[in-house]
Amino acid sequence: MHELFSTRNNHLIDPTLAIWGWEIPVYLFIGGLVAGFMIIAGYFTFRGHHKHSDFSNFYLPHLSLVLLSLGMFALFLDLEHKLYVWRLYLAFEVTSPMSWGAWILILVFPTLLVNALVSIPKPFRNRIPIFDRISAFIAERPMLAKNIGVFNMIVGAVLGMYTGILLSSLGARPLWSSSMLWVLFLTSGLSSAAALVHLISTDKTERVLLAKADNGFLIFELLVFVLFFIGLITSTQAHRHAATLLLTGPYAAAFWVFVILLGIVVPLMIQLLAVNQKIKHTAIAPIMVIAGGIALRFVIVYAGQASHWTRMAGN
Amino acid sequence: MTTLSRRKFLKISGATVAAASAVAAAGRSVSSAIATTNVERGDRTVATYCDICFWKCGAIAHVRDGKLWKVEGNPLDPLSNGRLCPRGTGGVGAAFDTDRLRAPLIRRRDRGEDEWVEVTWDEAMTYIAERMQKIKSSYGPESVALFSHGIGGNFFKHTIKAFGSPNISAPSFAQCRGPRDVGFRLTFGEDVSSPERTDIRNAQCLVLIGSHLGENMHNTQVQEFADAVGNGASIIVVDPRYSIAASKAKYYLPIKPGTDLALILAWMNVIVAEKLYDAEYVAMYGFGFEPFAASIAPYTPEWAYPETGIEPALIRATAREMARYRPATLIHPGRHATWYGDDAQRSRAIALLNALMGSWGRKGGFYAPVSMDVPAYPTPPYPTPSKLKVDNPDHKYPFAHETITTGIREATITGKPYPIKGWFVYATNLLHALPNEQETIRAMQNLDLLVVIDVIPSEIAGWADVVLPESIYLERHDELNVEWFREPFVALRQPVVESPNDQKPNWWMAKTLAEKLGLGAYYPWKNAEEYLSTRITNAGMSWEQLKKDGIIRGEKRPIFFDEGVPAEFPTPTGKIEFFSVQLQKAGFDPVPMYKRPEGGPPGSFRLLYGRSPVHSFSRTQNNPVLMDMVDENMVWVNADVADRNGWKTGDWVVLRNQDGVVSNRIKVLATERIRPDCVYMVHGFGHTAKHLRRALGRGASDSQLITRYAVDPLMGGTAMNVNFVTIEATEVAHG
Amino acid sequence: MARLAMVIDTVRCVGCMDCIVACKTENQTPEGFNRDWIAYDTQGKFPTLHQEIRSERCNQCSEPPCVDCCPTGASHVHEYGGVVLVEKTMCIGCKACIASCPYDARYVHPEGYVDKCTFCIHRVEKGMDPACVSVCPTHCMHFGDLEDPLSNVSKLLASRKHHTLIPQAGTEPHVYYLT
Ligand SMILES: Nc1nc2c(c(=O)[nH]1)N[C@H]1C(S)=C(S)[C@@H](COP(=O)(O)OP(=O)(O)OC[C@H]3O[C@@H](n4cnc5c(=O)[nH]c(N)nc54)[C@H](O)[C@@H]3O)O[C@H]1N2
Ligand SMILES: Nc1nc2c(c(=O)[nH]1)N[C@H]1C(S)=C(S)[C@@H](COP(=O)(O)OP(=O)(O)OC[C@H]3O[C@@H](n4cnc5c(=O)[nH]c(N)nc54)[C@H](O)[C@@H]3O)O[C@H]1N2
Ligand code: SF4
Ligand code: SF4
Ligand code: SF4
Ligand code: SF4
Ligand code: SF4
Ligand SMILES: [Mo]
Repeated sequence: MHELFSTRNNHLIDPTLAIWGWEIPVYLFIGGLVAGFMIIAGYFTFRGHHKHSDFSNFYLPHLSLVLLSLGMFALFLDLEHKLYVWRLYLAFEVTSPMSWGAWILILVFPTLLVNALVSIPKPFRNRIPIFDRISAFIAERPMLAKNIGVFNMIVGAVLGMYTGILLSSLGARPLWSSSMLWVLFLTSGLSSAAALVHLISTDKTERVLLAKADNGFLIFELLVFVLFFIGLITSTQAHRHAATLLLTGPYAAAFWVFVILLGIVVPLMIQLLAVNQKIKHTAIAPIMVIAGGIALRFVIVYAGQASHWTRMAGN
Repeated sequence: MTTLSRRKFLKISGATVAAASAVAAAGRSVSSAIATTNVERGDRTVATYCDICFWKCGAIAHVRDGKLWKVEGNPLDPLSNGRLCPRGTGGVGAAFDTDRLRAPLIRRRDRGEDEWVEVTWDEAMTYIAERMQKIKSSYGPESVALFSHGIGGNFFKHTIKAFGSPNISAPSFAQCRGPRDVGFRLTFGEDVSSPERTDIRNAQCLVLIGSHLGENMHNTQVQEFADAVGNGASIIVVDPRYSIAASKAKYYLPIKPGTDLALILAWMNVIVAEKLYDAEYVAMYGFGFEPFAASIAPYTPEWAYPETGIEPALIRATAREMARYRPATLIHPGRHATWYGDDAQRSRAIALLNALMGSWGRKGGFYAPVSMDVPAYPTPPYPTPSKLKVDNPDHKYPFAHETITTGIREATITGKPYPIKGWFVYATNLLHALPNEQETIRAMQNLDLLVVIDVIPSEIAGWADVVLPESIYLERHDELNVEWFREPFVALRQPVVESPNDQKPNWWMAKTLAEKLGLGAYYPWKNAEEYLSTRITNAGMSWEQLKKDGIIRGEKRPIFFDEGVPAEFPTPTGKIEFFSVQLQKAGFDPVPMYKRPEGGPPGSFRLLYGRSPVHSFSRTQNNPVLMDMVDENMVWVNADVADRNGWKTGDWVVLRNQDGVVSNRIKVLATERIRPDCVYMVHGFGHTAKHLRRALGRGASDSQLITRYAVDPLMGGTAMNVNFVTIEATEVAHG
Repeated sequence: MARLAMVIDTVRCVGCMDCIVACKTENQTPEGFNRDWIAYDTQGKFPTLHQEIRSERCNQCSEPPCVDCCPTGASHVHEYGGVVLVEKTMCIGCKACIASCPYDARYVHPEGYVDKCTFCIHRVEKGMDPACVSVCPTHCMHFGDLEDPLSNVSKLLASRKHHTLIPQAGTEPHVYYLT
């Protein structure tokens, strides 16, 4: 029998850590989604897709800009000292993923904009001559476009990884201290992004391609989950307890139902059938994938806060 | 339960108390509530002494920019050695309490409903004086009684005595240390007194029977306890609950509640049978050892085992352990001894066990306290009351040497031996301090005058006709502390900051009231400073030094027999009375005999209670600093019992006692640290006074559940560990 | 260079919380928040129990993840004694440091910045002990410089059995518990 009674009763820390509410998971989800967009859009730019369709190369970066701004706003809402937010840009702290993140976000915006310049739709170009000139300039230099695509993919990948590293660098929370977390978040970001593009893209090739890709991402994500849990379970007792929070503990229902079943397995089956033309493509599967991506961030952020070195699950 | 409360619960209503402040905004620093008007800058300190309990530790209060900041121990003070207990450190919170009483209040009784009017001090005093005179002319001055706890009551005692009443009482006797002091008096001829004359620091074997040092935070004792633990003293703890002290013990004896006397008798049996006692000491100082030895002969460890649940081998081992270290073996006399009704005899058994160890008057045992000689301020002699004290008619309790609170209460209810019509209640929350609150309420129904002097709108204030708001201890002068202790010293309480509103110090109230009553001659001094400085100067000390240092220490003097203190025992035989003829004559056991305590209804748990280190009785639950440490009590339930019943730590439950009284909701603490046959909670929570906004409804009140009490036949103490409760789950919304 | 540390004797500690009250009044921590706290750690089966009582606070780690993760530099290591501090005028309240501390030693001050035990550096730099150390009625708390082999804390650690909290988290805590 082991009884631990603590007199500390600090708001947001006791009985379990609750410093981060909805803002952080929303921000992490959007970060992952935008990362996915950037990789997808970058890929299409790289492949010269912008010549046929301006959705992924023009509208997607713009959508990304809007979404990312929303995500950053959520992050901003989470700050306890909002008026001091500019402090983030007075320092670059090499050891702080949060600081890296702040600067990465700064990099993301121009990167997205440059990608958008690759294929500015006709109506805009006709109206604003400078756009036309820029477009022409890039069109004349295929290598430049390719490089822009690659650069978007790289920055996107960094952004997606960072959303995971942000948490996994916080070693005090055993659930997060897994080297698989960034892979998980990146994969999930890609799959959500693919699902969303599949859902809203105006271009048929993109849609079909992304449905297929998404199935790949989802299968890979399941694999990452397996590795994630194996890693935790074979680590210290605290990590094992952290894993049980999701597997059998208080977060198990949310995890198994919303993240795994409805977020991955069911849409995967639907999309496999659809890709093999057994059924028609509908909005259902991508919506489920996106919801699953959101659920994943919530579950990981909340369960992670509940995981602790000494305050074990169920104690 | 409310049938008796004709006067409904107090509404010291916001409408009439103009200055009622807004609820403290969350998150604000607890001290910023006190905004002072002066523009003082910088830090200053004032030496004074603490009043969060009756230990009276020397303190240094710090004021920063005119605002009270913190209180620390006074390094010159031998009680605190420069370190206050948590309650003393958090004492500043009393000043930051936004619910404090602010101005005198009079109940508007003729208006029917409970309602209060704020009045001037003059109106309040005139009102009180008139009623007192009326009681005096109809019933005699003896019909006004004073309940008072702590040194702050001294001037009120003076006024009431000058008025002509002998009926002055404190809960510290019949609800606290009375049985212990009687048991020791009957044995050694002297009290253990307060601060206890125990030399814990030097004890090599320390036996704690329920004394839960570490939770009971009487400062010097805890400091010395830590020293003893640090020195590797052998600690033996007897408690149904694994107390903090138990966690420091070499031997922990998880006794069945109420059977301590059986254990002590068995210990003595072993020590006598195995001739482990200090034979020389006993021969030299003892009286009646042979009949004593014969009397305890049947009480073997084997006999005690089924009574106490303590294995015979463990009883023997601990008895031998005690003998090994004698005379530096201290069986602590306890303090709050009113447990089961056999308390004076149990305390006497503890005294006898100490006598066998030869620890009285010896290093590591009990020292002979000394004090400074500070003459009283000369005042006229008090009038001789024409009636005897009301509390103990016909010496029903022959060994009560102090006034019994519950005796005065009884007389107030019955009118016998004569009626009591007026109560002054100074700094004692009688509804929490006395057992069976309904009896207190019934007594109060019979009064023509009930004056409560308090600092916050406590439960007892809710029943008053007149509420007098007192300045807190950091805002006033008080009587000198001329303590009986290891070494002589005198300490001063003096104001650190001004009272924020219209609060007044007790000396001013008592003096003003005396003047209104035409007793001004008893107060020949102008103010407290004149009174105190005169006493100090007359004692040949420097008033300026005392004001500066807060404490003046005297020369160390011998405090042990070895150091030259004469081994005197002011008992009838002049010896340590192993056999008590006076007890025998009065019809009691001359040597303690064991009687099994009564059990409770099946399925119920005995209700035990004790202290939280950060609270004093019922007086600190509205203190913002201390409430930030522990803001509710929990009911301790044995983990297996809790498991079987599906109660988990943190679950809300209510307790129902044997008489059907149901407590406020309280959280369960399911723990291995208690026996399965009892439950435990900290005393002082479960406040019902509406204007104690921090305290209201936090935790449950043990006092409310203590409807039964056993009366000690020797001295009238009210034993309170005789109540039983069942536990009922309740939904979170309750309370 | 000094390396400040606290050594707490759990044999003497009675869990009275005086250290917490003293911190509260000394440092004026807001209502509802404390920089230190008591852990009552009990093992066994009634009545054969063992209890360790610990006064806990920020461990002033030598490898402080809270400093590493801070994006603004508000969390920093003080030039004297290795004490970890928060500069409140630089803190944006992102709470990464709270999440990174294995001891949950930090909290969000209602004014928006993160607060924690400072080892009472304002007192220590004046030659005084921290408030909690100097109030402890059982004298179970000791404070000093581990670099100085003659300091009380060095001597205690050299002569008594001790442990730190969650050493496996790798933060190198500097609050030691004597057993
Ligand atoms: N159920 C139960 N009953 C008990 C006990 C128990 O443990 N359980 N313990 C018993 C013991 S050991 C004792 S000693 C007694 C203690 O009994 P009391 O001394 O009556 O203790 P409190 O209940 O704290 O009541 C003190 C009152 O004084 C007020 N007060 C505080 N400071 C001041 C001040 O400066 N001036 C004035 N005028 N008033 C002030 C407080 O607001 C409060 O209303 O209780 C006894 N009764
Ligand atoms: N923090 C703090 N300290 C205080 C006070 C305070 O209010 N707050 N009040 C002071 C005053 S006036 C007093 S009188 C003292 C009171 O403190 P003490 O005299 O030390 O203790 P009690 O209140 O008698 O007893 C409480 C302890 O007795 C145990 N107990 C209960 N029933 C039995 C039994 O049948 N047998 C045995 N062996 N143990 C039993 C309980 O589990 C608990 O541990 O505290 C003083 N110190
Ligand atoms: S023991 Fe504590 S509360 Fe009592 S007088 Fe001393 S410091 Fe004050
Ligand atoms: S003040 Fe000392 S004895 Fe009390 S809890 Fe703190 S460390 Fe322990
Ligand atoms: S205990 Fe926590 S807050 Fe303190 S230095 Fe270590 S990691 Fe940082
Ligand atoms: S909350 Fe403040 S101190 Fe903590 S990491 Fe963020 S900026 Fe740094
Ligand atoms: S060292 Fe100072 S800040 Fe830290 S817990 Fe002790 S009193 Fe509080
Ligand atoms: Mo008491």
